[in-house]
Amino acid sequence: MGRLHAEEMVLNMGPQHPSTHGVLRLKLTTDGEIVSHIEPVIGYLHRSFEKHAENLEYQMVTPFTGRCDYLAAMGSEHGYAMAVEKMLGIELPERVEYLRVIFAELQRIASHLVAVGTFGLDVGAITPFIYCFRERELILDLFEMASGARLLYNYIWIGGLAHDVPPGFVEKTYEFLDAFDERVTEYNQILTGNKIFIERAADIGVMTPEVAINYGVTGPSLRASGVNLDIRKTQPYSIYDRFDFDVPLGEGIQGTVGDSWDRYYVRVLEMKESAKIVRQALDQLPVEGDVKSAIPRRIRPPKGEVYFRSENPRGELGYYVVSNGKNVPLRVKMRSPAFSNLSVINEIGQGFMISDVIAILGSLDIVLGEIDR
Amino acid sequence: MIEFVEEETQNPTVVIDASAMASVCTYLKEAEVLQFDSLMNLAGHDPDGESDLSIIYHLHSTVLDHYITLKTFTPRENGVVESVANIYRTADWHERETYDLFGVKFNGHPDLKRILLEEDWEGHPMKKDYTPAEFYRGMRIEKVK
Repeated sequence: MGRLHAEEMVLNMGPQHPSTHGVLRLKLTTDGEIVSHIEPVIGYLHRSFEKHAENLEYQMVTPFTGRCDYLAAMGSEHGYAMAVEKMLGIELPERVEYLRVIFAELQRIASHLVAVGTFGLDVGAITPFIYCFRERELILDLFEMASGARLLYNYIWIGGLAHDVPPGFVEKTYEFLDAFDERVTEYNQILTGNKIFIERAADIGVMTPEVAINYGVTGPSLRASGVNLDIRKTQPYSIYDRFDFDVPLGEGIQGTVGDSWDRYYVRVLEMKESAKIVRQALDQLPVEGDVKSAIPRRIRPPKGEVYFRSENPRGELGYYVVSNGKNVPLRVKMRSPAFSNLSVINEIGQGFMISDVIAILGSLDIVLGEIDR
Repeated sequence: MIEFVEEETQNPTVVIDASAMASVCTYLKEAEVLQFDSLMNLAGHDPDGESDLSIIYHLHSTVLDHYITLKTFTPRENGVVESVANIYRTADWHERETYDLFGVKFNGHPDLKRILLEEDWEGHPMKKDYTPAEFYRGMRIEKVK
């Protein structure tokens, strides 16, 4: 007697599904409860950022970049500003560089807090989510203090910053950092070592280093597979070479290297490292310096092209900018990290149950705004 | 088939014939001294709305830590480039995006279809000479200046 073969069923998950973190549709081919094929269908949030960018002057593109990855707008703006600055060959004042690093790292913490919290939420843990958002609010308060906005800042401009930080900002950031380390311990107590959480995440969606590199997976998801690649270390941009921090890697503490639990835990550890960088940057922050002194009056990069990549919370954020010497870019292509990170889901999600797909998706930490652009 | 161009980017740039793309990438990935195992970015580019479209590949070797940029040119209409999706899996979606927005076909791609736009969308919007249709499924498309 042959094995009974159940009929395959195609199941639509999304586009309106709470665990898809936006509008994403997953076409699951299922054999009973086991998933045999996952086809992500994207494009629901496509706002043609790249087409818009071809009709706007260089500095007018900055607010659009923030709207792509809306959970890490500072990182997107930082990357874009650095790409254009590289074409222009601008030297930045020290104070600008330090403030940018402070904001980029605070943004990384805020973004990872959402990732960690919503991952818990996806697998049924509601309390950690509220804990995480409590700290994120404090960071958003800092951003609001500096830029006036909580999510979409338009704060990092080409050649500088929109304006300097207000008095009291540095002290308030120190206050946040002092409290933060203890808060990470709280997450570990409530979620990291939680038996149910480990059962849901460990050994689920294991990604080998070869698969990760081949699919272009970057950021914490890649490092969870044990690959030591962090652009802040391997190709330091801005002033990252001045800081002392570690790059956490997945070790397979609860299961296999590169499983969903590792992807979660690498993010928890990265938040601590980011806090370390922010503290060092605050200690070294030069008091003097005009943050607007290097902003060029006319932005007309010389003819040529640049591919500039930076380490966004979700991975390698690359900007491919082509200039023809005019004040409007000829082409701005955003290499969004979550775009490649999502494409791997069929490879690592096959053979798991439907509920595991939700855990895998949560551990990849995607933002549909930058996938669809 | 292969030609070195003057350095106007930060990485060495090589122009490659569209039909040789797959074999060149296979070599770059497998040769012991090169080991370009990571395709960082694949972008289409329309320089002016008249001349050929270009496709740009940014490669990185995570083992040996070096970079190279590949470029290929293809006609504006019905251009065909050899797909590298079976060499770099990340190219799968990037090539679909380039096909979607520029209309360049990738020969040998496992599942070449639109990715960001709807299946029945007319035209390829990132081409500089693109003009949107008046209607999409009976809905008026707003004119953007």
